[in-house]
Amino acid sequence: MTKEVCSNIGLWLLLTLLIGNYVVNLEASHHVYKRLTQSTNTKSPSVNQPYRTGFHFQPPKNWMNDPNGPMIYKGIYHLFYQWNPKGAVWGNIVWAHSTSTDLINWDPHPPAIFPSAPFDINGCWSGSATILPNGKPVILYTGIDPKNQQVQNIAEPKNLSDPYLREWKKSPLNPLMAPDAVNGINASSFRDPTTAWLGQDKKWRVIIGSKIHRRGLAITYTSKDFLKWEKSPEPLHYDDGSGMWECPDFFPVTRFGSNGVETSSFGEPNEILKHVLKISLDDTKHDYYTIGTYDRVKDKFVPDNGFKMDGTAPRYDYGKYYASKTFFDSAKNRRILWGWTNESSSVEDDVEKGWSGIQTIPRKIWLDRSGKQLIQWPVREVERLRTKQVKNLRNKVLKSGSRLEVYGVTAAQADVEVLFKVRDLEKADVIEPSWTDPQLICSKMNVSIKSGLGPFGLMVLASKNLEEYTSVYFRIFKARQNSNKYVVLMCSDQSRSSLKEDNDKTTYGAFVDINPHQPLSLRALIDHSVVESFGGKGRACITSRVYPKLAIGKSSHLFAFNYGYQSVDVLNLNAWSMNSAQIS
Amino acid sequence: MMMMMMMKVMMMVTVMVSEGSIIEQTCKETPDFNLCVSLLNSDPRGSSADTSGLALILIDKIKGLTTKTLNEINGLYKKRPELKRALDECSRRYKTILNADVPEAIEAISKGVPKFGEDGVIDAGVEASVCEGGFKGKSPLTSLTKSMQKISNVTRAIVRMLL
Repeated sequence: MTKEVCSNIGLWLLLTLLIGNYVVNLEASHHVYKRLTQSTNTKSPSVNQPYRTGFHFQPPKNWMNDPNGPMIYKGIYHLFYQWNPKGAVWGNIVWAHSTSTDLINWDPHPPAIFPSAPFDINGCWSGSATILPNGKPVILYTGIDPKNQQVQNIAEPKNLSDPYLREWKKSPLNPLMAPDAVNGINASSFRDPTTAWLGQDKKWRVIIGSKIHRRGLAITYTSKDFLKWEKSPEPLHYDDGSGMWECPDFFPVTRFGSNGVETSSFGEPNEILKHVLKISLDDTKHDYYTIGTYDRVKDKFVPDNGFKMDGTAPRYDYGKYYASKTFFDSAKNRRILWGWTNESSSVEDDVEKGWSGIQTIPRKIWLDRSGKQLIQWPVREVERLRTKQVKNLRNKVLKSGSRLEVYGVTAAQADVEVLFKVRDLEKADVIEPSWTDPQLICSKMNVSIKSGLGPFGLMVLASKNLEEYTSVYFRIFKARQNSNKYVVLMCSDQSRSSLKEDNDKTTYGAFVDINPHQPLSLRALIDHSVVESFGGKGRACITSRVYPKLAIGKSSHLFAFNYGYQSVDVLNLNAWSMNSAQIS
Repeated sequence: MMMMMMMKVMMMVTVMVSEGSIIEQTCKETPDFNLCVSLLNSDPRGSSADTSGLALILIDKIKGLTTKTLNEINGLYKKRPELKRALDECSRRYKTILNADVPEAIEAISKGVPKFGEDGVIDAGVEASVCEGGFKGKSPLTSLTKSMQKISNVTRAIVRMLL
């Protein structure tokens, strides 16, 4: 070849090389840019947001608390929520509003209810939606009047042909229910009206949370037309000593099976219905429920044996969970539970990051076959976020003192389900008779303390060398010496969750009513700063908030572990990376 | 005339004694009786306030202490420039008390949802602790941060009476 050709080829090669390189670099930087835009929430106040969730409902900024008025209308799910347009603490509260077709991806709308008249000029607080027999939804909510008194108001859609029901109008008859000298209702303790239900006499009933000194009560009001309401002489239920009853909820459940029951339903022929009364206790910041029967003649709730509507009642969730509320999903014939989880960080951190408060993944809720507790399970729609990137482990033995890292999933945004089998139940320690508070037991015995059986479970949002981790695990005890009855304890331990000092790292615990002769199931929904754990397929639920410094994003790891004396079998472990959802 | 005067004086004394004891009765249920009584007695509204009113007085004291501490922090930048980082942290923390915790607590207690007031009051103590911790044992603000923690504890106890 001639020199010219050679040098031309050479130049051409050089050019190709350079261009090729450039193109490759372009593609690489395009990928990096794509990752950046996906991982930063463009609407949030500051760029660095390691704790914002990928698939849990939360507004782009500011404070959120109670879920309000959840409902389904013309195939579209609505969630309203208490929101502060001005900052990251509670205050200036309005009803913000989002809709969804799948309970997981949400479209935001302008606030639906905000102060506009004397009956709510100082606040639009929590309330519920009722679907009237003609299909029209109405909202009852608590308003704060010019004298800072709590009153109950009605709002209805301005335009029923708007499928998103963006605008709401308020009746000039408001307030419909208010404290006065005759009814003697405590004007600073009268709030959170429920979904209403119809009685045999065709009258509507609704209950509103209240207190008289230390007696918590659910005040009943009745109405024929939903506008003129009369206070019943007796509350639906009350309890002395429990303090203020916030966010009551009252609904029927079917005795057998997992279907939901419409709030006004009397049940199908041959169907047995039970009723559930739920309250949020101001004193303890927890949600409790009791199972019982509804005496429709006396308009009274009668708890079943063993249930008392106070702080001894079972909780929906043994972690950070409050102001929860259910609604009947008529599209899928199920009852769905929403619950608010606040932050475990300091207010300064919240102000810095510009937001505070998330909702848990909505849960289907139904009565257990035993009739003694409710079961909750994340709605199946959340499983659509599971990517094909699944790690599956089968039939592994976790020997005493071992840890097994689960690779190949985005450990900060994952869904993990594991099935453990315990071999030698005989080797379980006997539980101390004084250990009646599961939260205390979990607090006092961290994972370094070995039991005969346990602790075994998961370490989530963990840093590579375990400087930080959150552990969710079981311990199994014998109920008594020489007994063949067992006690299964589930703990969510946040004490080592973060190198940062000023977070609330309280440990949570619950007893799980399962037979350890059967395999023990544990599921965790992990989402950056929230872990929702489900023991025994929804028999015990614990939600926690954590803020690691190291175990964030790609530096987050997931382990299965067993630090007990006896080996434990992992029959099956599935871990899915979760796609992000449109969370508001 | 004398009788009328004497009766008026006796009534006033009776009223004063029984009103004084509302403060005393309330403060007995807090972790620091003496601090509680001295703070509430130092405010003219104290003698006729109900529990809500007493809580609001103490939140006012928290606000005052916050402003005082912020002034102290500002003064320390010049005197102790080597402490800048810790002072910056404290400044952020105390501004949060002033701009977030205090207004939240006032609105919540005035409107009858004291649990958010409790949150704000607890956080005031947390922010003071974090500020103090930033000096790693050599804090120039110890007496002020300790004050905040004490007042926060007393105020929390009174707010919990409203729950």
